[in-house]
Amino acid sequence: MTATQSTEATREREGESDDPSEGTTTAGPILAVEQLRKGFGGIQAVDGATFEVAPGSITGLIGPNGAGKSTTFDLITGVYSPDSGRVRFDGTDITGWRPDRVARRGLVRSFQIARELAGMTVMENVMLAPPDQLGERFWPAVLPGFRGRVAEQERELRERAWETLEFLELDDLAGERAGALSGGQRKLLELARVLMTEPEMILLDEPMAGVNPTLERKLLDRLQELSDHGYTFLLVEHDMDVVMEHCDPVIVLHQGEVLAQGPPAAIKSNERVLEAYLGGEVEA
Amino acid sequence: MSRLSVWLRRGLRALRHPLGGDGDADGARSDLVLVGGLVVGVYALFTVMALLGPFDGVGNVLSQLETVTLLVLVYVMLALALNLQWGYAGLLNLGVAGFMAIGAYTMAMLSAAPDATVPGLGLPLVVGIVGGFLAATLFGALTALPAIRLRADYLAIVTLAFSEIIRLVVRSEAASEFTIAGQRLGTGGANTFPLPPNPVKVLLYENPSEPLVAAVDSPTVAGDLMLEIADVFNLSASQAENILYTLLLLIPVGAFYLLLTRIGNSPFGRVLRAIREDELVAGSLGKNTRRFKITTFAVGCGLMGLAAILWQLQGQGRLSPGTFEPELTFFVFVALILGGSGSNTGSVVGGIVFAAVLLEGPRALKRVVDENFDVSADPDTIIEASQGVEPLFAYLLSDSSIEALRFIMLGVVLVYLMQRQPQGLLGHRRGQAATVSLPTREEEEP
Ligand SMILES: Nc1ncnc2c1ncn2[C@@H]1O[C@H](COP(=O)(O)OP(=O)(O)O)[C@@H](O)[C@H]1O
Ligand SMILES: [Mg+2]
Repeated sequence: MTATQSTEATREREGESDDPSEGTTTAGPILAVEQLRKGFGGIQAVDGATFEVAPGSITGLIGPNGAGKSTTFDLITGVYSPDSGRVRFDGTDITGWRPDRVARRGLVRSFQIARELAGMTVMENVMLAPPDQLGERFWPAVLPGFRGRVAEQERELRERAWETLEFLELDDLAGERAGALSGGQRKLLELARVLMTEPEMILLDEPMAGVNPTLERKLLDRLQELSDHGYTFLLVEHDMDVVMEHCDPVIVLHQGEVLAQGPPAAIKSNERVLEAYLGGEVEA
Repeated sequence: MSRLSVWLRRGLRALRHPLGGDGDADGARSDLVLVGGLVVGVYALFTVMALLGPFDGVGNVLSQLETVTLLVLVYVMLALALNLQWGYAGLLNLGVAGFMAIGAYTMAMLSAAPDATVPGLGLPLVVGIVGGFLAATLFGALTALPAIRLRADYLAIVTLAFSEIIRLVVRSEAASEFTIAGQRLGTGGANTFPLPPNPVKVLLYENPSEPLVAAVDSPTVAGDLMLEIADVFNLSASQAENILYTLLLLIPVGAFYLLLTRIGNSPFGRVLRAIREDELVAGSLGKNTRRFKITTFAVGCGLMGLAAILWQLQGQGRLSPGTFEPELTFFVFVALILGGSGSNTGSVVGGIVFAAVLLEGPRALKRVVDENFDVSADPDTIIEASQGVEPLFAYLLSDSSIEALRFIMLGVVLVYLMQRQPQGLLGHRRGQAATVSLPTREEEEP
């Protein structure tokens, strides 16, 4: 079963309207990964991974530690170039593109180990994210003639930044240096930045680690809401309850290969998956 | 509160938040107090040293203050330019002296008269200045272009090599005079390159390109006025002219500060700081980090070239290849590190402290000691010198050891700083990179 079919299946099962104008217009997958391979010295971190992500879905990417999930993200977003294989995003072959080009194309990722800009404030971290800022170009930043327009855009972005920070319950820390945040707060900041870029598709690498359960619930509801509005998510998550409840389809990676993919119910009862997890963990 | 102080505060706020933010007026005020206090302190120190030295009237004291002020202003400009590259974007430029040489020599070759000792194109000086700035910018971009794709350390290596190549080319026999398309040009090689008269000379004298002794005989109206004022303070014409030049230099220095603060507080500056902290994050958020780095590097190099031009045009105005030795690069780094890289006010403070205390201080001290102690003995070795206080002074302050003494002082200050205040004097003072104030939501602007 392909990812696309499974998403449609979910929507019907949950009784949602299947309005085609919702979500991205492309009928095919928004992201397609083909035979991706990457080795580090002796370790084959990603070993022929092949999968597709349907537009508007929240696709789960799971697998035991060291399965190659984070490396797959790195290969998709240009942090590393693959040894072989292709990555196609929204009809464009983006294999080997530099990270900034991938991001500008509409595919943005978060990092598993939060990479906050420690010396900058929380607000600065968030204000950095929005694309196409006029004041990021040299002459508009410098020439007095642009002053009004740059300041106006900054004010608009600041308003959006406040909304994002409030939603993620980081607004009290806006003026704080990002380096002073707790682990969970850093993950939220990472998420705040990604949301501020307003991309078509977001890759999230264990975004909820260290976040309190109430906020986690709120975040998951938000992801669901965003995906209903056409955003696509590929979510690496270790909490199986979360995966089973929110992700469809689920892709299981094991030793750099796709071991299984399909709706959560099927994954839950898949023998090979259970084996890979050394019994039981999936059913948590 | 008096109207004046309101105006002053508004001015300060504009300085810190040039795009109309409503932020940190307090910070700006304390910056101004700090810089002002430092300037007063430096002037007091140098006045005392001038008075203790071979005292030769008020004019002489003023002239010594002018010397230190000029150096301070030059180093402030250089530290600000380097701060853009190193402090904001984390780009390690070990070729500061080379980019300065490019700026100064391009200016000279464009605007020197075709029939001068070292021939030039004879274009107006302003064309030379703009051309020098653009040439340094262009060379900055060309150097950065290949190096920035590679790892960060390559930029350091490439710029260091570049600066040495420039210095060697400038002083080479081949470059000293050559002909391009029938046009005679040259750098003067190892010799000095006399520059056309600077704008202050043009303002003061009818025949500014004549030697000063002749030029003073035909002053303009402004020149007449200046010579009269000079008389009152017992200043020679050249001293008065230099003081005027240095005072006018405050305008470009202010412009440097304003420009760099504006860059630093803009979204552009925000991306630079993000690149310095974690380039992958900036890239992953879609920022074209290469474009930012190349632009920043080129602009910084252009400003270094411009600073060199404004420095060398002063006074007699002649370029010498010895001015652009690699130690100059080192000096600018020390100034920036002293003040605290990452902060523009820190760059200003670093420029002042470095140029006044470490660069010019030992020279002024030597004058004081020469005047007040018998240092004619001038022993050859430190062993001989340790026989008594005066021979020791004489040894330490001889022309050859004053350079060494300066380096020792530099080392001591750097070691002390790294131990006590590794961020530099003002390193903790990094403004927020935003054109509108950020922390409080309620204080929206009207
Ligand atoms: N930069 C690297 N250098 C060497 N080995 C790496 C590197 N990144 C990942 N690996 C290895 O590749 C394998 C997959 O890692 P990773 O993608 O982080 O797994 P996951 O995110 O699924 O836990 C692991 O064995 C890990 O040790
Ligand atoms: Mg991982």
